[in-house]
Amino acid sequence: MSHLDGNALAGTFADLFTVEITDAWGTCASCGHRAELARARVSVTGMGAVMQCTECDAVLAVIVDTVKNTVLNLSGLASIAVVKA
Amino acid sequence: MISPVRAGWHVGRVARKSRETDTAVRLTLDVPTWPGNLAGSHIDVRLTAPDGYQATRSYSIASSGSSSQVSLAVDEVVDGEVSPFLVHDLAVGEQVEVHGPLGRFFVWTPDDPDTSPVQLIGGGSGVVPLFAMASARERSEYGADFRLLYSVRSPSSVFFEKELAALEKVGVDIIYTREAPAGSERAPGRMSRALLAETTVPPSLGPRIFVSGPTSFVEAATSWMVDLGHDPAKIRAERFGGSR
Repeated sequence: MSHLDGNALAGTFADLFTVEITDAWGTCASCGHRAELARARVSVTGMGAVMQCTECDAVLAVIVDTVKNTVLNLSGLASIAVVKA
Repeated sequence: MISPVRAGWHVGRVARKSRETDTAVRLTLDVPTWPGNLAGSHIDVRLTAPDGYQATRSYSIASSGSSSQVSLAVDEVVDGEVSPFLVHDLAVGEQVEVHGPLGRFFVWTPDDPDTSPVQLIGGGSGVVPLFAMASARERSEYGADFRLLYSVRSPSSVFFEKELAALEKVGVDIIYTREAPAGSERAPGRMSRALLAETTVPPSLGPRIFVSGPTSFVEAATSWMVDLGHDPAKIRAERFGGSR
């Protein structure tokens, strides 16, 4: 299946963070590229999703859905700037 | 300013269902707890099977505003898990779980202080969130100049055909890729960079651009628009996956 973008994770993030963060600015821990999370490259698999930097292809985040947990690895994101309401 | 409406899980009851295109239906859901939604936003629809198995899919909302009625246009994905059920089996009066409103990036509000022209580019079902934006513009007395370029396979696959024809404040161009209506000026054919140059707001006017549809369509359209001289930061995309 072809890839998607950060918009596809709006629901997942809203469930976890209670706020919608597709317009939040993420900073790539690998190359420093900054962009709204909606612009990231997202691949969805049966296990969860992978977010990648569009500049350097580094993995920004991995989300794994198990029966008991949603496991988040955000180590590829140096920071996330969430727009204040 | 994007208002801070929180996304939540709601139950919606199908109030109306009708055929929209040869492969899609229009569904109107009554969602009593709905907080309203911006134009361009989407919902996640979650189905639960008797054995507990759940499948969730995102659908763009065709409507916007404070109404508790949510309008969707669902295109059937061949061998899909959710859309065939929504298109063929879900009946008026039945309920579905929905999560939303979702979307703070790919949205347009009439009170947006940015008065640059808005260029909407949609492929297939990608037109749904763009239709919500165009309708919001139509209902608003003031706002930026709007144009919509809509790429579809054939006349029988056009979403919101009547409503699009009735728009007065939004200029609409429809490109038919496989089969054009009788008497059409342009022969059927895929979108191209030249066609984009002909039909979209030029870079000199600094338009904000919203592109949505299948991933391959979005990638082609956005890279051609950048080639034509548009600022990538002014282009917002929503990729629907798939290949149609």
